[in-house]
Parts: sequence; C-alpha cells; structure tokens
Amino acid sequence: MKQEINPSSRTAADVPSRGLKRRLRLGERFIEGWIFLAGLLSIVVLLGIIFILLKEGLPIFGTTNPWDFLFGTHWYPIADPPVFGIAPFFISTLWVTLISTIIAVPLGVACAAYLSEVAPRKVAETVKPIIEILAGIPSVMMGFIGLALLSPFVQSLFNLNTGLCGFTAAIMLSLMSLPIIVSVSEDAMHAVPQEFKEASYALGATKWETIWHVCIPAALSGIAAAIMLGVGRAIGETMTVLMIAGNALAMPASPTDPMTTMTAAIANSIGNAVRGGVQYQAIFAIGIVLFILTFGVNIIAERVLERQKRKFAR
Amino acid sequence: MFKSVKKWFLPLAMVLVITLVVTGCTTEVTTTATTTQTNTQITTATSTILSGSFKIIGSNTVTPLSAIWSENFMAVNSQVSIAVSGPGSGVGIAALIDGTTDICQASRAIKASEITQANEKGVNPYEIQVATDALSVVVNPANPVNELTFAQLSAIYTGQITNWNEVGGNDATIVVFSRDNNSGTFAYFLEEVVQMAGMETADKTLQYGGNVLMLPSTEEGISQVESNVNAIFYSGLGYLNDSVKSLGIKKTANDAAVLPSVATALDGTYPIARPLFYYTNGEPTGIIKIYIDYCLSAEGQQVVLDNGFVPLS
Repeated sequence: MKQEINPSSRTAADVPSRGLKRRLRLGERFIEGWIFLAGLLSIVVLLGIIFILLKEGLPIFGTTNPWDFLFGTHWYPIADPPVFGIAPFFISTLWVTLISTIIAVPLGVACAAYLSEVAPRKVAETVKPIIEILAGIPSVMMGFIGLALLSPFVQSLFNLNTGLCGFTAAIMLSLMSLPIIVSVSEDAMHAVPQEFKEASYALGATKWETIWHVCIPAALSGIAAAIMLGVGRAIGETMTVLMIAGNALAMPASPTDPMTTMTAAIANSIGNAVRGGVQYQAIFAIGIVLFILTFGVNIIAERVLERQKRKFAR
Repeated sequence: MFKSVKKWFLPLAMVLVITLVVTGCTTEVTTTATTTQTNTQITTATSTILSGSFKIIGSNTVTPLSAIWSENFMAVNSQVSIAVSGPGSGVGIAALIDGTTDICQASRAIKASEITQANEKGVNPYEIQVATDALSVVVNPANPVNELTFAQLSAIYTGQITNWNEVGGNDATIVVFSRDNNSGTFAYFLEEVVQMAGMETADKTLQYGGNVLMLPSTEEGISQVESNVNAIFYSGLGYLNDSVKSLGIKKTANDAAVLPSVATALDGTYPIARPLFYYTNGEPTGIIKIYIDYCLSAEGQQVVLDNGFVPLS
C-alpha cells in the first residue's frame, strides 16, 4: 500500500554532507510522524463518533424494547410515560430517498452521457464545474426555495391540502444529489477506453447506440457508485426536509403526505433533550439507525467504485 | 490488506486509547467551563459601569420581548452584551439544566421532573414571571369559522375532526399546524387545550394526531396560515398580524366566545392566557438581576404592552 522511503538505501552521491543528512533525516521523520498522526486523527474521530453514538443511544433499550422502538408507530417524547417508535420516520426516509433517486438518476446519468460523449469539449469543460457548484448551495437555501416556490406549485399540481410534503422535499433533494451523480458518472463514462467506442462506431453503430450499448454498460459500476453516493446524500440531508417535508408524525401512506424523516426527527427533538435523559437516548438511537443506513450505502458505493477502478486500470 | 499483525497493532492500540481518553473527558470539561463563566459575571457586576455578557435561551414566544428588552438595556449600558435565541422553551430549560445558558425564557412552567433533573446536576431553577400571553388560535381570514370550543380544538388537534364542515365551516380538510416539541407553546397547548386539563372532559392520554404538521418556528406557521385557506395554527399574541384571523375561544359550548386581547387576558375572561417566565440558576445576582429588574419595571412592562403581550398588572 504505502511506499516507505528508506534513507539508508540512498547512494553516496545523493548525500552531500553528514550534517545535512542528519537534518534531512530529522525533517523526514517529523513529516512522516505528522502525516501518520493526521491519518490517525480521522480514524480516532470516526471511532469516537461510533463510541459516543453507542454509549448515548443503547441505554434507551433498557426502557423501550428494540422491537417497539424500530416498529412502533407513535413518537410522543414529552408524554408521560414517553413513547418512542420510529417506524414512520424510517418509512419517510425511504419514501423521500426513493422518490429523489427516481428523479435524479435518469436526469443525472443522461446529463453525464451528454457531457462525456456528445457535448463539444469546450461546453463540457464549462458546464461540469457549473454543475459541481450546484453541490455547494447551502441546504437551508434549498429549503427556502422549496418553501417559497416549489411547495405552492406541488400543492396546486396534485390538488393537496398543503404543499409541505415528502414529494416536495424529494424534488429538492434530487436537485441536491444531482451534481454528485453527474460528476461521478461522467468520470466513469470518461474512463471507458476510447477503443470500445471506436470499435462500436466501426461496426456502424450510431452515437445513441454507442452510448446505450457500450458506454453506459461499461461504466455501470461507476454509475452505480454515483447513485449510491447520491442516495447517501439524500438520506443524510436534514435542513431541507425539516423545512419542507411537513413534519407530520403519522405513518406516510403516499409520497404526497406530510412526513418526518429520521434526520428531521433528530433535529426536531435534540433541542429540548436534557443530556442523558430518555429523549436524548432515543435521539441517539435514531442516530445509530441512520448511521448504519448511510454507512451501508457508503460501503456499497466504495466497493462498486473500487471494482470500476480495477476494471479500467491502465 | 494487512501483511503482518505487528504493523497495524500499534496504530490500532493508539487509536483506541486516544478515542477512549477523548470521549471520557467530555463531561468534566463542560462543568469547569460553566463555573468560570459565572465567576466572571459576579466580579464584573460589582463595578459601577455595568459590563459583562450573558445568554438568554428558550421560548420562541418570549423571544420578541427579550430581544427588545436586551436591545434597550444594551443601548443604555454599552459595555453589556446579551445574546438572545429562541429555539423553544424545552431547549432553554435543557440548556439551564446543562448549565449552558444564564437565563432560560419559557412559555410554560418548569415541570417537576425537570426540577429533579436540574437538582441532580446542581442547578437550582429560580422562577420569575415577566409577562403574560394570550395564546391565540389563528385561521385564514377567508375561513368562515369564527369561534371554537376547547372540545372542538382538542378533536381537531388529535385528528378526530378532520373537516371544517364538522365545526361549521366549508367542506374542506383541515390542515393542522403546530409547533414542534421544542416549543413551550406546544407543551402548554397540549396540556391545557388538547388534554383539556382541569375540565370535566380532561383526558391525560390525548396526544397530537398524526395529521398535525410540526413546524420549527412560529413565523413559519403564521405564513402558512396566510397562504392556506384551510389551515389552523396557534401562536402567541405577539406574533399576530392583519393577514391572519384569530378565533374566539369558548371553554364549553355554553360559554361566550372570547377573542384574545390584552384586555381579555388581564381581566381573566380569555381562557388560554398563560404566564411567561424567566428561569435562572438560583436567585439572580449582579448584572442579570439588574437586567431582570429593568424588565419588571414600569418601563419594561410598557415594552410588553407595546409588543402585543400582556403586562403583569
């Protein structure tokens, strides 16, 4: 994995004098140690987060059994006794993520195919950075746009009682995961060897046939990774869904119902949770569920991306 | 991936040790931080020119009041800085218990269980009523409904009544908005109206229905009511404006409907008037005491009246 430079293996010509050699060695050691510590720190932080999540979250299962917690349909944190059931939040997260993926994937992959295969080089080189800037728009702005512009539109489109619903949130989330999907799948399609495409054209295939039958299948694992990264973004997004998904506690029957995702439920309840209290523990337990979900998605994405890299390693 | 156990054993051990040390320290660090904070306040307050800084966290309802009080106070005492934030009464009380705020503003009384939690952490909540609020129920001005009883409100908020025509309005689904559970108004409305505390029909088991939309702020609720003919929401008197209509409230069907106002809250006829509180850790001292004395003064209470809240007398 890591190539270590062994100072003793240097030839005499590399080392001008003894004093400099010692200084070089010292500097080298210092930098090596620094990098080692920096690498270590990120792992410490990750393990620390996992440790705290488990330490603060697991005690809830002493008062609420895991089955009731995961499959209970009522969430009354300030009732006496409090009731913690996160099934509606889990289903809401799935709804919102599913709809946003259904919207973002065809758009994103089509955009990537255009940028990689169809667009003139100059256009692609201008458009791609612009799309990547879209990823930098703060989520609270997306929430605000959703609240002010999109929710009245969705309300009149589906003739709903209120435009604050899962569908509105899903549209905004799809806009937020779009840049990731476009960027990563464009890279994947770009990495498809030129020979593949040339062979396809040589057989008389049109541009469309080449994209559909050669480029996309060859880049499929990269596109899959892009989708997974986009899904991870949608699951974890908080501010936008908090502002526009409606935050109703009922089990959502359709995507146009107001709903509370797991992230929004955490954000809604964290404020008045006293450190160490039951509500605090319940929120951390939602955090554990959320962590497992996004961790799983990221691991799948990582695996798939790794396979893509190996496939076209040149 | 790993060729030998030796190579990664050391980093792994280091990671585990550092993780445990770092996470183990957290609680101690926070307690020392709060004690130093309170010490500096006491010393600064003894000098003749007022200086120092403190935080007010809590109720969204009380925030407009605290904001103006603290602005006025800071205008006179330029060395003082006061930070006001209003995420909800529950947040403020949690912050008081955890020692992360100096004053907690609340639109509901602290619960016995919260006092116990506070005492366990060495915090002694001290209650000061600073104003009164008439909790208003608002609808869109185009809505023909003008008054509701407690029982009807309770049924609407628990999801038993879902159509406006069941309470004398249009044939349309009621879009029910509420604050989220960080809010003191949420807790007060739940206890007094949804569960109808103190009435014959009182039922402690009632909870907000699944159809209720929980909003993170009062402003968002008001703007939803402005734009949605079928919406209903509750809010403090200070947040009302001309583009929403407040409903007359009847305790029972036989009572007369009373509209929320300063006058009806003061004479006790409005049924959901409630006290607004400041909580401090122990009796306030130094600069915080001077600030609260200002809030309770005639000048401070005039601010209450000017902002649509109800003064203490």
